Amino acid sequence: MDFTFTEDQLLFQSSVREFLTAEVTPARIRASWETAGGRDPALWRQLADMGLAGLTVPEEFGGLGMSELDFVLLAQECGYVALPEPLVHMAMVAVPLLRQVGGDLAATWLPRIAAGEAKVVAGLEQNLLVEDAHIADLLLLQRGDAWYALSQGQVELRHNESVDPSRRLYAVDIKSGTDPISSGDAATALTAATLDRGALGCAAQALGLAQRMVDLAVAYSCDRQQFGKPIGSFQAVKHLMANVAVRLEYARAPVHRAAYSLANNDPGAARAVSHAKLAACEAANLAAKNSIQVHGAMGYTWEVDLHIYMKKAWALANTWGDASFHKARIADAIFADGAELGAGATFAEF
Amino acid sequence: MDLAYTKKQQAFRAEIRAWLAANVPAEPLQSFDTAEGFARHRQWEAKLNEGRWGMVTWPVEFGGRGCDLIDWLVFEEEYYRARAPLRVNQNGIFLLGPTLMEYGTAEQKARILPKMACGEEVWAQGWSEPNAGSDMAAIRARADLRGDRYVINGQKIWSTRAVWADWLFGMFRTDPASERHRGLTFILVPLDTPGITVRPIPQLDGLPGFAEVFFDDVEVAVENRLGDEGAGWQVAMATAGFERGLMLRSPARFQETARRLVELYRANRASAEGDPGVRDAVIRAWLDAESYCLATYQTACRLGQGGKIGAESSTNKIFWSELDQNMHATAMSILGARAELLPHAPDAAGVGTWLDGWLFSQSGPIYAGTNEIQRNIIAERMLGMPR
Ligand SMILES: Cc1cc2nc3c(=O)[nH]c(=O)nc-3n(C[C@H](O)[C@H](O)[C@H](O)COP(=O)(O)OP(=O)(O)OC[C@H]3O[C@@H](n4cnc5c(N)ncnc54)[C@H](O)[C@@H]3O)c2cc1C
Repeated sequence: MDFTFTEDQLLFQSSVREFLTAEVTPARIRASWETAGGRDPALWRQLADMGLAGLTVPEEFGGLGMSELDFVLLAQECGYVALPEPLVHMAMVAVPLLRQVGGDLAATWLPRIAAGEAKVVAGLEQNLLVEDAHIADLLLLQRGDAWYALSQGQVELRHNESVDPSRRLYAVDIKSGTDPISSGDAATALTAATLDRGALGCAAQALGLAQRMVDLAVAYSCDRQQFGKPIGSFQAVKHLMANVAVRLEYARAPVHRAAYSLANNDPGAARAVSHAKLAACEAANLAAKNSIQVHGAMGYTWEVDLHIYMKKAWALANTWGDASFHKARIADAIFADGAELGAGATFAEF
Repeated sequence: MDLAYTKKQQAFRAEIRAWLAANVPAEPLQSFDTAEGFARHRQWEAKLNEGRWGMVTWPVEFGGRGCDLIDWLVFEEEYYRARAPLRVNQNGIFLLGPTLMEYGTAEQKARILPKMACGEEVWAQGWSEPNAGSDMAAIRARADLRGDRYVINGQKIWSTRAVWADWLFGMFRTDPASERHRGLTFILVPLDTPGITVRPIPQLDGLPGFAEVFFDDVEVAVENRLGDEGAGWQVAMATAGFERGLMLRSPARFQETARRLVELYRANRASAEGDPGVRDAVIRAWLDAESYCLATYQTACRLGQGGKIGAESSTNKIFWSELDQNMHATAMSILGARAELLPHAPDAAGVGTWLDGWLFSQSGPIYAGTNEIQRNIIAERMLGMPR
């Protein structure tokens, strides 16, 4: 029993944090909002040069061969800066999906992803819209019990604006008839695994987002004076933040456990992922609610950076399975006949 | 990261499981807040100790097994799974025990720990006073050094199990000129010393679960001081962190409550589903109990590798006490009109121990430092907000 990350994993996390906090500043995010595609190719180049684009690409295809577990701490850091580039999606969803599909498709695209030359995104029907479809060199789309691999020429995109200017969402229509790359049971398995990985990516980012909002609100509460003292000295303000800290503290371990479960193909992974997403998104939503309150009217402005993180947190809570979806999965698991619950059941499956 | 138990941990689990299966009383013991129940619980502690299961984390020389925190969590899981009796000596084994290991003299450890481990000496905690609750530094009960004895005068209150306990560990002001945290001393007092009056205080269930303790020129040998004179606050705080929190309320307890809540919900589904909030609350109960377990394992592993715990340990008290309250509130709404019935009422079929648990869950956010005090600590020490 060792529920800790290795020295290497923690070191990698801190170097990625250093890089991201230095490079992905609120000013840079705001600048990208002003561009047509909302994405920053120079930033993607930097990420690729650090090897981040190919993190989960197997070594034989030029990547670092990392697992969901290796990546989860980095996804938290991507959340902390609200990284607009699709790094979490690629590393956590698209690349593992390609790995799972295998064959020529994987052999063609994985090396290009590792080299930072291609972007691949995956879209599930359940999500309604596809994130970053406009910058994808390859789209992997699920329709019913089939999966398709499509180029931009084979699809028609309809942009849907999100409350979060960093999110670029598209309805995707498939133009010409193509053969699916997978269908039937195999495709259903791809869909299930993809949903879990996408949900884990949201959960990990939500942890980072929650932490960022707490940091912003705490800093503001030390700075802002009313009645002759910092507002952070008022107990009502303290307790708003303490309540977030409690939920956040107990959301981390479920996310790490879910990453471990996915990386190890644990049969209970779906339940672990739903737990992680519910806990982390709830913490992030509470962080948003209490942090805007601590900011007063400032928090309600476009100018103050809080909304960069708040809006992303709101969006992540309802995509890759909303709360009702994930609660239903938990209910199915714990209300089933013979479900293993209670003391001693938590790690029983390993 | 490797979330599988080692062979050794599995063997340890099997061993405790088998022992508990053979030894846990078939019928639940009467409450330890009755004279009869207290005696039965004391006997149970002796039995546990015979099997060397009294405090597995203690060193072998004091009757323990030198186990690490993961083994402790495994032990607790099996203990709650087996519905073994609650620990009547919890203030001794979970609070004073670790403090003694750190601050006690060799002589004190040898004299006190073995008798604590077997339940021969049951301990009460005497910190709170009528005017020193959350503000513990306002303690006024005095201990004046006269030769080789302390002479104690004053009053303690809310002292759990003090009605039938044998000893009390208390905080007393040894320097009458001192204020606040300075000048306090940690002293161990036999409760049968002349000059002590224990007045039981009935709790919400009507039983005397705690007591007032009056000290009238009570003489205690100076060897009963734990740590230095005037260092009582530091001694008390040193073990007030995570390990203490973890030991007092390990996740297994709440996971078992969550499991029983799922059972109760399933058994009453027809009526429970009328209120969709109930289903949601049951799901949340299971999730939070599971989160508490996962987070505790993660921290225990970190501590096992030499990590240190900081102010984030204050999140623990808030999390489990609110979880416990929420779970019991949900059970009460599932039970509906039966919820208010005492277990022995003729028409109380199926209410079980939920009412008892509901009553006790009301105290969780109060004892061991109220949740408001914990929130202050989190904000100031963990988040760095201004005082
Ligand atoms: C079941 C039970 C068992 C106990 N066992 C023991 C025992 O064995 N030994 C022992 O010594 N004590 C024991 N206690 C006492 C316990 O430690 C105290 O009740 C607790 O510290 C609170 O003190 P108080 O009851 O005086 O409440 P108060 O301090 O009067 O607090 C009342 C309310 O005011 C709030 N409040 C007070 N100060 C602040 C502040 N600065 N900021 C915000 N809110 C504040 C509190 O949070 C609380 O809500 C026990 C209590 C209970 C309920």
